[in-house]
Amino acid sequence: MNTEKNIKTLIVKKPLILDCGKTIKDFPIAYETYGSLNSKKDNAILVFHALTGDQFVTGINPVTNKEGWWSYAVGPDKAIDTNKYFVICSNVIGGCMGSYGPSHKDHDQKIFGTNFPVITINDMVNAQYNLLDHFGIDKLFSITGGSMGGMQVLQFISNFPDKSKTVIPIATTSSHSAQNIAFNELGRQAITADSNWKDGNYTSNDTNPGKGLAVARMAAHITYLSKKGLQEKFGRKLQEREDLKFGFDADFQIESYLRYQGSVFVDRFDANSYLYITRAMDYFDLGKQFNGNLSEAFINTNAKFFIISFTSDWLYPTQENKDIVIALNSIGADVGFVEIESDKGHDSFLLDVPDFLSALKNFLDKSYEEN
Amino acid sequence: MKNEFQIIADLIEKDKKVLDVGCADGTLMKFLKDNKNINIRGLEISKEKVQECIAKGLTVIEGNAEKDLKQFPDKSFDYVVLSQTLQAFLNPELVLDELLRVGKKAIVTIPNFGYWKVRFHLLFKGTMPVTKTLPDEWYNTPNLHMCTIKDFFHFVKSKDIKIFKSLALNNLNKSTINQSNLGVKNLFADLGIFLIEK
Repeated sequence: MNTEKNIKTLIVKKPLILDCGKTIKDFPIAYETYGSLNSKKDNAILVFHALTGDQFVTGINPVTNKEGWWSYAVGPDKAIDTNKYFVICSNVIGGCMGSYGPSHKDHDQKIFGTNFPVITINDMVNAQYNLLDHFGIDKLFSITGGSMGGMQVLQFISNFPDKSKTVIPIATTSSHSAQNIAFNELGRQAITADSNWKDGNYTSNDTNPGKGLAVARMAAHITYLSKKGLQEKFGRKLQEREDLKFGFDADFQIESYLRYQGSVFVDRFDANSYLYITRAMDYFDLGKQFNGNLSEAFINTNAKFFIISFTSDWLYPTQENKDIVIALNSIGADVGFVEIESDKGHDSFLLDVPDFLSALKNFLDKSYEEN
Repeated sequence: MKNEFQIIADLIEKDKKVLDVGCADGTLMKFLKDNKNINIRGLEISKEKVQECIAKGLTVIEGNAEKDLKQFPDKSFDYVVLSQTLQAFLNPELVLDELLRVGKKAIVTIPNFGYWKVRFHLLFKGTMPVTKTLPDEWYNTPNLHMCTIKDFFHFVKSKDIKIFKSLALNNLNKSTINQSNLGVKNLFADLGIFLIEK
């Protein structure tokens, strides 16, 4: 899974104290960049990926040979224009695309598995902060990301209030809801119920808990779409058959689609990483870090915020995004907000949704002109 | 730019913090930002208009004034502007109270239902008035609570709201409204502009 070639890695020498109390040091952060950093070093955008994303934001991912996860939004002349901006993205710690995670080995050359420390969104951004030093960037032009990427955006500006001029959290929340924790728990239970999981001590690709991970992905995938979107795309259409077969094969196209999504996911993702990253999302509650007052998280920043939600996103609904807007307004922060009309559910931010892409582009380009 | 916007801009000093409620496509916001170095935010209900504001590089929040003004702290803006929208709210009194809570001062403009053309229209044609400032038919107008300059003047007084400036606008003619000329202005102005404070 961790094909060493094509993966750029920064080894962080500085010790990082994790929220769980453990300290890590000399750990790798795998990253990728797009576009070029200008001489003033004022055109850098740090992109944070979501649960199953990685550092390969756009173009062909050299490990999976598939399109990068944000190819619609990032690239030359796109919303995040790499002719203009220098885009940096790194794999989160706990992940499985080269950054320090449960598939790495400990001092005794034994694979960590579930002996890897439990990490949080706070740990992820503190680890990624080292990339600014690496590139000699004093202040980013922007930080952005959707879903768990948005959580990292919020945590980053709270931890480093003067390190970005603009801040764009997308389809996200400041506190993981009971419903979201429930869906993540469903995924984790699917993985740990797979007999190949072996308390996290699986080693080779042949004996990994692929079935459990596939079920986790299938369940999660449903939450990324909308009922209307699913109905329009699949309805009750049958999969390559004239009639129902009175069995448990995939009669319906939606079943076949989900099975496919599950099977391709297993090829590129590590089951233990899935446990760790979903845990980090569940633990995320930015307001709680400030005694229940979310506004306090942003009190020290002068950054310009732009928050985006989607009408059909029921996983991170508009109201949860608006709660962030309200917290910012209550301290007089510079904040804009738009809810984009889309039937594509939570996944809207990853897809070709023109109103979203033009809002993102206009906000970035106009803000950069004012620089 | 509309004459109304020019007058509003003249009422606001440089370097102030302003909220434009119902900012539409951001024409007024852009003018204030570019010409008076004003730190301006907009609140707008229409998704299309919000997009137009973003394309102009303006800070805008998609939202509904009747629900979303409450998130702003007391006196968090030097001025809150409401241009020709008060009559379109379900509860204009609540919105007016909110404007004066959020803003140290508020600038409210109202299309005058007491304007002679409006009166003549109803009197002689016997149908709901359609004019330059009230362009919609009765069945598709967003206006739920039409009022006259006189109505608004009395209403504001009855709520112990201070009027700093009240201006009557008739095409390009701007004049000051006071207690003694209220009847005349109410007949000849098609727009009233009020700078108020609570």
